[in-house]
Amino acid sequence: MTESPVNGNTVNETRDVIIIGSGPAGLTAAIYTARANLRPLVFEGSPSSTGDQPGGQLMLTTEVENYPGFVDGIQGPELMAAMRAQAARFGAEFLTEKIDKVDFSGPPHRVWAGGTQYTSRAVIVATGARAKMLGLDAERKLLGHGVSTCATCDGFFFRGHNIAVVGGGDSALEEANFLTKFADKVYLIHRRDTLRASKIMQERAFKNDKIEFVWDSVPVALHGEDRLAGVTIKNVKTGELSELDVTGMFVAIGHHPNTNLFMGQLAMDDAAYLLTHRGTHLNVEGVFAAGDVQDRTYRQAVTAAGSGCMAAIDAERWLESQPHQAEIIETPTDW
Amino acid sequence: MGNLTELTNETFDEEVGAADVPLIVDFWAEWCGPCRMVAPVLEQIARENAGKIRLAKLNVDDAPAVAQRFNIMSIPTLMVFQDGVAKKRIVGAKGKGQLLEDLAEFL
Repeated sequence: MTESPVNGNTVNETRDVIIIGSGPAGLTAAIYTARANLRPLVFEGSPSSTGDQPGGQLMLTTEVENYPGFVDGIQGPELMAAMRAQAARFGAEFLTEKIDKVDFSGPPHRVWAGGTQYTSRAVIVATGARAKMLGLDAERKLLGHGVSTCATCDGFFFRGHNIAVVGGGDSALEEANFLTKFADKVYLIHRRDTLRASKIMQERAFKNDKIEFVWDSVPVALHGEDRLAGVTIKNVKTGELSELDVTGMFVAIGHHPNTNLFMGQLAMDDAAYLLTHRGTHLNVEGVFAAGDVQDRTYRQAVTAAGSGCMAAIDAERWLESQPHQAEIIETPTDW
Repeated sequence: MGNLTELTNETFDEEVGAADVPLIVDFWAEWCGPCRMVAPVLEQIARENAGKIRLAKLNVDDAPAVAQRFNIMSIPTLMVFQDGVAKKRIVGAKGKGQLLEDLAEFL
């Protein structure tokens, strides 16, 4: 971790660029702004198991097969470690902290992490998205005790078990396929009778005889005290309830953008994604957004990286168009 | 990893029983992204609280019997043992502030 000069609870130096987030978008923005000599300060987040951790959602995946340049695929955490090292090589600085407050009434803009205030002329928001939960009563209690949002972390513990995956998109099918390495049987519970997932993922899942599809259904209750002991599902067409005898349940029903921090300051759409215009510009001067936090359509590692590059270029050009702060501050006043 | 103790199926009971301060056991694996993120944070906490707690690691790939015995179903999981008895279980990766809070009773 890089130490910055801290005076009380305020870092006096006003940075050119602060980047919030360290997934493919944040780290690509860091690589580009570092190469432009803007010495970006990256708030990479705090360790967690839910998708808003340093490195972003790819830290929770195994094989990434569609990131260009890796013929045989690459492990998610490895790809992110490489991007981070590449940004550090050009002078990006990292703080392993989560921003807990922002004030975008500048420029300069202000952000707070762990009680310390940092200021920056430009800010790139790349906080990404996190996995949605079902919102069932016992879900939180059983998280880590059979209920999981991270198949790669927890699949190992279900060797020989029957488990369920909830969802119908690419990540649900990827998890279901991955989990058949361990589980005897994987029920894929989906609320419709068709899948949203890509054709290649669908074909793989349909060919996998350990996966059984439970169509038109949603989980409505979780059983078990210390560990998951079964799930009640409801057929949404007939209303019929039935019990699934599973000891594990993996939730992959989509994502929610990490934008709580910016409520009331940055413009958002009805699903709380940030609204960009002219590339990556936001409604506030000097604040830019990249990656899943502003993308409800594509949400790929490569599109996140691409928009991170766009945000870096937009920020750099915007900084160039501004009167230079240092000249104003250094005007002698005491001669 | 420095001088971190790596526990195995064979050494687990002896190490846990012999610890004279609360022993934090970090259940982890190579393939677990959140485990890799939380490891340096734990090592820092252990360094800053040397003498009060000790940190040991247990690779669930290498020592599945221990993981099974403690019903580990998600990693990273931290378990704190005092006088050979499991006192606390912390599931999921967390930041330094939250971990210090969760471990406060042992620090």
